Amino acid sequence: MIHAVGLRKSFGDFEAVKGIDVDVRRGESFGFLGPNGAGKSSTMRMIAAVSPISGGELRILGMDPAVDGPTIRGRLGVCPQEDTLDNELNVRDNLYIYGRYFGLPKGEVSARVDELLEFVQLTEKAKAKVDDLSGGMKRRLTIARSLVNRPDLLLLDEPTTGLDPQARHVLWDRLFRLKQAGVTLVLTTHYMDEAEQLCDRLVVMDKGLIVAEGSPLTLIRDHSTREVAELRFGVAEEGAGHEVLAEKIADLGERIEVLPDRLLVYSDDGEEVIAKVHERGLQPVAVLVRRSSLEDVFLRLTGRTLVD
Amino acid sequence: MATTGDLSVLEGMRRQSDYWLTVYKRTWRGSIISSFVSPVFYVLAMGVLLGGFIEGDPDRLEGATSYLAFIVPGLVAAHAMQTAVGETTYPVMGAIKWHKSYFAQLATPLAPVHLVAGHLMFVLARLVTSCAVFMLVLVPFGVFESWWGPFLAFASQLLVGMVFATLVFGFSARLRSEEGFGVLFRLGVFPLFLFSGAFFPVDNLGSVGSFLARLTPLWHGVNLSRMFSIDEIDWWMAALNVAVLVTLLVIGWFWAVSGLTKRLVT
Repeated sequence: MIHAVGLRKSFGDFEAVKGIDVDVRRGESFGFLGPNGAGKSSTMRMIAAVSPISGGELRILGMDPAVDGPTIRGRLGVCPQEDTLDNELNVRDNLYIYGRYFGLPKGEVSARVDELLEFVQLTEKAKAKVDDLSGGMKRRLTIARSLVNRPDLLLLDEPTTGLDPQARHVLWDRLFRLKQAGVTLVLTTHYMDEAEQLCDRLVVMDKGLIVAEGSPLTLIRDHSTREVAELRFGVAEEGAGHEVLAEKIADLGERIEVLPDRLLVYSDDGEEVIAKVHERGLQPVAVLVRRSSLEDVFLRLTGRTLVD
Repeated sequence: MATTGDLSVLEGMRRQSDYWLTVYKRTWRGSIISSFVSPVFYVLAMGVLLGGFIEGDPDRLEGATSYLAFIVPGLVAAHAMQTAVGETTYPVMGAIKWHKSYFAQLATPLAPVHLVAGHLMFVLARLVTSCAVFMLVLVPFGVFESWWGPFLAFASQLLVGMVFATLVFGFSARLRSEEGFGVLFRLGVFPLFLFSGAFFPVDNLGSVGSFLARLTPLWHGVNLSRMFSIDEIDWWMAALNVAVLVTLLVIGWFWAVSGLTKRLVT
């Protein structure tokens, strides 16, 4: 569905994407993860055939976007990061008019619109103004809009950013159904739970490059341990800073991360780590053993520094 | 992407027709009223009342037998300019910057050239309505000297309107901040409105002034509209006026398409 080799994108002197290789297969659900500014959206815009590539090779549905842009776009569904719904039109017209841009006959679009309103649970809101919809409803409408041409490939740029948990779960449920129906999904996100829920395979991008690739499970296996022990110490604990404490238990895990409020010990057996910490006479005020998550992988690969 | 593939401009426009029809249906009542009321006010205030103080001397009014007959054909041409500018300033910037509807459309098979064509087709429809209403208002005032002249005058008004639509579209597509519109209105549209021969014969501006006035696109439209309305036609001049406007229209079209393409395809 998507084949990219050495794909680059620059804006003047700034290189947003610095040569990435990506292959997405039919029916797959593929994710681009990365902090802000990692190059995810630039990559998505190139894949959506709206932004010319600066270098490398890109094939979408077997075609070259520089030559067959309109044909490619006719077979894609795009759910952009910001809602670009027409606030002046009602819910139904937003879908109907969009469908017409694809050259679909009136009757066919009309039937498709009813079907989609049902699918995203907005049938009752068909006549409502877009302005009156909640954030979650607008997102659902945007997703419905991206499906109006029955796309072979659905591109979702941060589909649930800014939504409350209920709205996110409704959306995930809809996306999961699409995936089961065989639609190829490509999404960007910086929510790890979203990536774990939805992606069969993903790449982690940082500063315009791909830094890791695999399924959520293999990424965790390759870049983290099975479990993480989180240790919180009281402020005055033995009068020592976290660094000093970390040294005392450095051998207990594969890796130790020192955070301002706690220590993370990466190990395959968290309980054992805790037991040994106590054996060494240290008294953490709170302990937590949890499974390693994609978030650990993500933070390990892209760092904890804030990127704006 | 700049490519249009096998999607023709015409087909691209057809696909947007439902969108622009919806917009038109939403606005046409208001536009009819404003394009009816403002001509009546203009004609009464400038043509009838102000014109009452002005001697209807055809030698000094480019052949018009009354100030009313002189001023109104120019006013309709200027009205066409203002309508076109109104539809290609904030609406274009809004579609790029605020409600981003152009970006939504670009994710479909449509390309910038289709968006420009669709938007301009809508402007043309607006011009047709508002100029037609204006011209109909003028009928009872007896300013038209032939039955066919007004139709050519109407066509000239559409032509000059579309010239402004394309040129201003290209300007708006390149503009980063809406503050630029203030400059356009104050230093572009307003002086053109006042000094392009709608209100007085440009000869009154002196040799340099009248030469400059004749370089403006609006003057060519005003001149055509007036010549055809009052049946004082210099066909060579008319041909020149049309040639200038058509040339500007072609330039404006490419300027608009290249402006929107540069802005949206990054």
